[in-house]
Amino acid sequence: MSETERHTIIALVDNEPGVLARVVGLFSGRGYNIESLTVSSVSVDESLSRMTIVTSGTPMIIEQIKAQVNKLVPIHAVHDLTAEGAHLEREIALVKVVASGPERRESLRIADIFNATVADTTTESFVFSLTGKPEKVDAFIELMRSLGRTEIARSGVVGIARGAKAL
Amino acid sequence: MASEPVNGAQIVIKALLDQGVDVVFGYPGGAVLPIYDALFKQNQLRHILVRHEQGAVHAAEGYARSTGKVGVVLVTSGPGATNAVTGLTDALMDSVPIVCLTGQVPTHLIGNDAFQECDTTGITRPCTKHNYLVKDPDRLAKTLHEAFYVARSGRPGPVVVDIPKDIQFADCPYSGPGNVKHKTYRPQIKGDAGKIAQAVDMMAKAKRPVIYGGGGIINSGPKAVELFTKFVKTTGAPTTLTLMGLGALPASDQRYLGMVGMHGTYEANMAMHDCDLMLCIGARFDDRVTGRLDAFSPGSKKIHIDIDPTSINKNIAVDLGIVGDIASVLEDMLKAWKAEKKQTDKKAVASWWKTVDGWRGRDCLNFATNKKVIKPQEAIKRLYELTLDREIFITTEVGQHQMWAAQHFRFEKPNHWMTSGGLGTMGYGLPAAVGVQLGNPDALVVDIAGEASTMMNIQELATAIQYRLPIKVFIINNEYMGMVRQWQELLHGGRYSESYSAALPDFVKLAEAFGGKGLRATKPSELDDTIMEMIAYDGPVIADIAVDPKENCFPMIPSGAAHNEMLLGPADEAEKPVSEDGMVLV
Repeated sequence: MSETERHTIIALVDNEPGVLARVVGLFSGRGYNIESLTVSSVSVDESLSRMTIVTSGTPMIIEQIKAQVNKLVPIHAVHDLTAEGAHLEREIALVKVVASGPERRESLRIADIFNATVADTTTESFVFSLTGKPEKVDAFIELMRSLGRTEIARSGVVGIARGAKAL
Repeated sequence: MASEPVNGAQIVIKALLDQGVDVVFGYPGGAVLPIYDALFKQNQLRHILVRHEQGAVHAAEGYARSTGKVGVVLVTSGPGATNAVTGLTDALMDSVPIVCLTGQVPTHLIGNDAFQECDTTGITRPCTKHNYLVKDPDRLAKTLHEAFYVARSGRPGPVVVDIPKDIQFADCPYSGPGNVKHKTYRPQIKGDAGKIAQAVDMMAKAKRPVIYGGGGIINSGPKAVELFTKFVKTTGAPTTLTLMGLGALPASDQRYLGMVGMHGTYEANMAMHDCDLMLCIGARFDDRVTGRLDAFSPGSKKIHIDIDPTSINKNIAVDLGIVGDIASVLEDMLKAWKAEKKQTDKKAVASWWKTVDGWRGRDCLNFATNKKVIKPQEAIKRLYELTLDREIFITTEVGQHQMWAAQHFRFEKPNHWMTSGGLGTMGYGLPAAVGVQLGNPDALVVDIAGEASTMMNIQELATAIQYRLPIKVFIINNEYMGMVRQWQELLHGGRYSESYSAALPDFVKLAEAFGGKGLRATKPSELDDTIMEMIAYDGPVIADIAVDPKENCFPMIPSGAAHNEMLLGPADEAEKPVSEDGMVLV
């Protein structure tokens, strides 16, 4: 069997009721993985939404996923950012850390290193806001967990290709 | 195109008529009363009242598959819609174009658990090609025309349009079918020229080619079937068809090896296993065709032509995948073949045919007849032989009788064989026969059935009686769910758990109770007369043919085995026990 690969796939879809359920139902019905999925309206007239789906599978499964998503009627286009070349991936995380004393100070120092901003504070907690690649967010969260009680909210990945070509 | 305001229900009728629909299979209920009222007020559109919504979808499938048109279903909300789900799934698996209109509770009640409310679009999302909930009166006509477009374009399939009751009463604008241009769904028709040239080249160089054709050829249309036959003749390659593809090449063609797969012929499966080039046209490498995947045709290059890109490289990785409509791709392939003056490797192909004919010589469909008891294969063979001079359409239920019918009934033309292949729906054949007969009023329509399957949609006999549809239900009665019993014998130590058809009705009396004719044959000497009497009767018939209850369906690729590991008969069964890996497969 071939190796499992992680791919970031985007889909431009009609912004209509049920379209998210179609995509999610396809993944669950056929047993594909979803590591993260984000969706939001992206056109001026709000008629189009863009999904970024991070999934994993063998190359044959990845091809199948793209073909299956593309086959859904309200889908305009499917692009495999991972396969198509240089691209950007970003994620937002809101990380609450409940800590005091040296741990609290350390959390602020690490946030500074990561360029995270303080979005909320009490005398015993911070909420940090961090934007970056998923790996950076992972690293930040891991460090924060070692410093106190944490609560994590992550947006999931959004992605776009580098360069002048626009969809 | 805007004209005087009409209500949604009238729009529905108008849209169906403009789509060329002449018959609708349905069942009324609260949420579709306005549409039934509009039906009542007109004479152009015929409504066939089924006795269960599952029957409506299967009837529409039979109609669609035998006529090449879109089958139309009309059911109410809630249970009407949920009862249609099995039929919709069946149509999705077998790529049958269906438009199913479902009533829905009024828009302001949606989500309130109203009487006979269900989330129809939610429930049918995974079992339709696409579905719609019409919440805006302005969208109704457009949505209906779009539904027909989606159902019949590309790989055909079922489409549900859920219409709330208030929309059926609302004033709606009308626009004709010509005004629909779909913004996203445009299946690729023309195959890639470079790939087509490559395919032709591979075909010409092949020493041991096999053509493996499926239902997609028939779905593509009469032109595709004609071109397929021409392509087979041009290349002279041994050709096999799937269960769904039967009739795509005349069974009498010398190059035809019979059906492929689990109950296919020995020669077809051996040729698939040993070929050096496999050309798959409109089939999908289903597990009933491939057998054990890692031992599937190990030495061959594979080309796959299909209109559905998801079919390519799904189960089997192929060397060359061509997305396109089969008629278009075959036309281009034949042109390229001629333009480049391609020739097959005559010497190699002749030697390959010698090997194939050796396998043919095993006569794998042979069976022992018996003077005392009717063999099921004999019943089907005689039905075939005694109806050779007739235009005959065959539907089937699911099980042993279905496989025997596929093996022993020989189809010269497409669209004459209607069977539930992908989903394997018991109870398909009787309602499908109703639909076939409506689409082909003068033809002989026979449902080759099993006694257990017949009981699953027996209520549709009343539909046949009501509309004077002279369908024949030819029951191969072995008093078992025969395929279940066969697997229990092969895999579960002969423990026949719940597979005996206990408490069967008297099918002769049952037919009479419905208002049809009942016939019975219990001895081989009665078989021919019963068949002739069945055919001669001008009305619905159940012919109850009592057959050998212990007969198994051979040849067979046991689950988890490869194409070259077929069981040819009962003697093989004892020698080649099924592996433990094979037991877990369905």
